[in-house]
Amino acid sequence: MSELLELSGARAADAVRAGEVSPAELFAAYRERARADELNAFLWVADGEPAEPRPDAPLAGVPLAVKDLFCVEGVPSMAASRILEGYRPPYTATAVRRLTAAGAPVLGKTNMDEFAMGSSNENSGFGPVRNPWDRERVPGGSSGGSAAAVAAGLAPWAIGTDTGGSIRQPASLCGIVGLKPTYGAVSRYGMIAFASSLDQCGPLTRDVTDAALLLRHMVGRDHCDSTSLDFPEPIELPTADRLDGVRFGVPPELTGEGVEPGVRQVFDAAVATVEELGGGIEEVELPHSPHGISAYYVLAPAEASSNLARYDGVRFGPREGDGDLLSIYEETRARGFGDEVKRRIMLGTYALSSGYYEAYYGRAQRVRTKIAEDFARAFERVDLILTPTSPTVAFRLGERTGDPLAMYLSDYCTVPMPLAGIPAISLPGGLSEGLPVGIQLAGPAFSENRILAAAYALEQAIGFEGRPFDDP
Amino acid sequence: MSSELSSILDHIEKIEELDLQDVPPTSHVVQVENVLREDDSRPSLPRERALEQAPDVADGGFRVPSPGT
Repeated sequence: MSELLELSGARAADAVRAGEVSPAELFAAYRERARADELNAFLWVADGEPAEPRPDAPLAGVPLAVKDLFCVEGVPSMAASRILEGYRPPYTATAVRRLTAAGAPVLGKTNMDEFAMGSSNENSGFGPVRNPWDRERVPGGSSGGSAAAVAAGLAPWAIGTDTGGSIRQPASLCGIVGLKPTYGAVSRYGMIAFASSLDQCGPLTRDVTDAALLLRHMVGRDHCDSTSLDFPEPIELPTADRLDGVRFGVPPELTGEGVEPGVRQVFDAAVATVEELGGGIEEVELPHSPHGISAYYVLAPAEASSNLARYDGVRFGPREGDGDLLSIYEETRARGFGDEVKRRIMLGTYALSSGYYEAYYGRAQRVRTKIAEDFARAFERVDLILTPTSPTVAFRLGERTGDPLAMYLSDYCTVPMPLAGIPAISLPGGLSEGLPVGIQLAGPAFSENRILAAAYALEQAIGFEGRPFDDP
Repeated sequence: MSSELSSILDHIEKIEELDLQDVPPTSHVVQVENVLREDDSRPSLPRERALEQAPDVADGGFRVPSPGT
């Protein structure tokens, strides 16, 4: 069985189809590993047996780890927040429902930064997740539990969500693949809302093929999310190992200042690999991208301050305080939300307040336009943009908790893409000081097939070896 | 908390350096207009299911202290 756990999701599905293992045996093996989790990656692990998948189900019963931000009917879904402790939703998120229907049963719910606000998973209401490469370090965030679970072999594959980098940055820090799709490619229905104009869900996987396979079964219009769209073409499983004729743009704004030398070294090696595979490299300018963090930390908290108004101890979650209605609201929110969530609610309400609205929110929305225009101009010349995913490798637990701004800057390279609504992937490029370094590839809206094809070719050439799985 | 918020706001205020005159704001990144669907009736969540997770329930509704006092 231990050999089967080494397999990627797609290969595990092949093994099921070849009769080498039954879906029930595979689920039980992963359930045992997930239960023995020492990384605090899981907040809940399934106890029963899932229904046997249809024999022709494309995902063949290979179990899926699901970020706690997704509602799953009857299963604790808390966005890792004490304000939703014990909440078991009456319905299931569309993305989860589609993957389950395609044959991937829910293995468990993964830990995360509370309401997806964070870059280290230290903002969880249920304790931090540890990075399997070095347990004294963070796994990244906010989808830190999903990334750590996949990297440690506690799950074959997982889904997470990305608002400013929350899939790509933890994938980078844990040495796995993470894809943020085009805004609207995947339904947000049943995904607990953080910043609705930016949130997208996507796969976190051991390799690029798995990311393509999960994405194939997630995309599509959903009448429950009017911002979701029909994906214009089927998602292909990538096969080409060359990059002939593909033009890559390297923006100096996202590859220079602030990127630590070890990360830069791995990035430079990836650039050389692109050229060896026949790809073209040229410099492109994204002059407004350095303002991405500023715009993001106005827009995302502003949207969050509105989205999180619903947590008031009336309809779900615990109720605190026993006096009048106002004291119930105040006590419930004071005790239920963590510090980072409160910080962002304050920032957001301030940015939206009368007299400051145009100076903050209005200006940030205009910066957003400029960032999107920069990308559009770059994509007239190149097919894809290549950057490091994170300016640093995984940092130590506690290293940035006292300095929220330093924490926010972890997302420096990943924030511009969601502001422009475009897709991007992170794949492992190599190691620096024994820790994984992610390479990010971004493309125009709905260029997921192009991104996956290039990422696959790079992946084959780089030959990154994941961390060996310890016994649970 | 207040010194942290000040340092964040200082960073955010760097966008004041940019000339954004005549730049339209972006609120939605993908061009979609007038998204409509058929006006079909579908069953909604049964009342008891919707109330199941509430901390206090009375007479088929969410119960809270009177806001009028």
